[in-house]
Amino acid sequence: MSIAAATPARLQFRKPSVIPGFGLTLGFTVLYLTLIVLIPLAGVVWRTTELGWADFWAIATDDRTVSALKVSFGTALLAAAVNVVFGVLVAWVLVRYRFPGRRILDAAVDLPFALPTAVAGIALAAIYAPNGWVGQFLAPLGIKVAFTPLGIVVALIFIGLPFVVRTVQPVMEEIDKEVEEVAATLGANRLQTVARVILPGLAPAVLTGFALAFARAVGEYGSVIFIAGNIPYVSEIAPLLIVIRLEEFHYAGATAIAAIMLVISFAMLFVINLIQAWSRRRYGYVG
Amino acid sequence: MSVEALSRPLPDGAAAGTLAPVSKAAFKRATTETTATKAVLIGIALLFLALVLVLPLVAVFVEAFRKGAGEFLFALNEPDTLAAIRLTLLVAAIAVPCNLIFGVAAAWAIAKFEFKGKAFLTTLIDLPFSVSPVISGLVYVLLFGAGIVLGPWLKSHGIEILFAVPGIVLATIFVTFPFVARELIPLMQDQGTGDEEAAISLGASGWQAFWYVTLPNIKWGLLYGVLLCNARAMGEFGAVSVVSGHIRGLTNTMPLHVEILYNEYNFVAAFAVSTLLAALALVTLVLKSVLEFRYGDEIAATAKH
Repeated sequence: MSIAAATPARLQFRKPSVIPGFGLTLGFTVLYLTLIVLIPLAGVVWRTTELGWADFWAIATDDRTVSALKVSFGTALLAAAVNVVFGVLVAWVLVRYRFPGRRILDAAVDLPFALPTAVAGIALAAIYAPNGWVGQFLAPLGIKVAFTPLGIVVALIFIGLPFVVRTVQPVMEEIDKEVEEVAATLGANRLQTVARVILPGLAPAVLTGFALAFARAVGEYGSVIFIAGNIPYVSEIAPLLIVIRLEEFHYAGATAIAAIMLVISFAMLFVINLIQAWSRRRYGYVG
Repeated sequence: MSVEALSRPLPDGAAAGTLAPVSKAAFKRATTETTATKAVLIGIALLFLALVLVLPLVAVFVEAFRKGAGEFLFALNEPDTLAAIRLTLLVAAIAVPCNLIFGVAAAWAIAKFEFKGKAFLTTLIDLPFSVSPVISGLVYVLLFGAGIVLGPWLKSHGIEILFAVPGIVLATIFVTFPFVARELIPLMQDQGTGDEEAAISLGASGWQAFWYVTLPNIKWGLLYGVLLCNARAMGEFGAVSVVSGHIRGLTNTMPLHVEILYNEYNFVAAFAVSTLLAALALVTLVLKSVLEFRYGDEIAATAKH
């Protein structure tokens, strides 16, 4: 594509540039995106509309669907909340303190990104089973983790941790020490400085981390199904119910649940973008 | 103000003219915590990470060798396991290059040009990350399944996609779709267009500018993206599980084989196959850390995973 090709009509779509390859790369990008992502996703929408509102509503309000969605969202919310507390703590320790093994610990935080979910699932199930390494100490206390909703929370904590740490950590690194010094000279003790000066500035990053961990946890499948026990109405997650419906060749049922989950995850994506836009205006960084 | 007024009051018995010993505690930094608080916080963080991250990893290896190295090797030598390993490598060998080419093309279009709808396009590229793995598989079942147009047409032409290798490859491409692109886009945006413009004005063709100017600039970021893409491609479970059909020796990838073995109560074999995947994760983490440590500036800092 030459400069001459940049006619006024094109100008409106893109700024002129001497660099070639715009048409080729953008064309390929859009084509590939359409074939791999957009058309298949549109299929879900199409199948849902085909279903009709009455059928869709019947599936969506079915007891088993509702309890599966409740289990998915409840456990994901709880796990994301735990991850916020410990994720911020871990990020703080990694950013502020120097101790032997810090670098290894920092790298280890990404383990849930790298470890296949099925492997994490069977390992967690083995650890938290009543005769497992951790489970044997919890069993006498009457706490059952594996094969209960609590087990789902444990798996989702594993999956979601890096999202919180990796969102909060870079923002924490950028905190201006002078702000803390000012707080100290104005008579704030350390706890006040942390609670009322540092943490509020981290709020958008923490919220984004929470939303990312939550969004990931809601859809998680591999690590959960081994530890959950998968009892309908108790510890059956929504993605598993989709798989069960598919195995029964009940495509409409699977599609309807998928459509609900898609709507919710796109809403989450929208919320995350809102938080980031707000953060850019209010705090000058992208959380 | 006199010098005397500024000096500290001397403790009783101290000789005039010598400074009073000041304990270290008097100079406590105002912008950090006490040593005790630090120790407690580090302790909690270590305990939490040990419990949540390290313990599962250790468990994989311990469970795999529970009945000795002989059983471990026997489990890995099983024909179905070997077939699963081959299929996993094959799927990654197709999916990763596809997404690599896409990632480079998308980053070139988005980072080197200004056009309308750019932010929207970037959001669309990230879309697969916000879709549950199970739904990523389901979309292809709906597209190629028996119910609608495409399914019967493909069947009459003898093309199998679902419950066969092409379906597994497609689902893997879907879930690993954004990895390379989201790594390269911020990196190439940071680098700007100056280098390429200089190369072009000196007479390089577009291809030469890419090959000799852009590629050397982005090679570490590219490698970083490929590394993460590959780890996910080999480890993907949910999406692949939906489209695979679970035919032993034919459409079983390693993570799916782990599930089958586990559900058959063949725990040693399940964990033995898992050690290979865990080793892959560890190698990925080590390479990733090396890249971040060594070439941190040449990898987009904004995209941390």
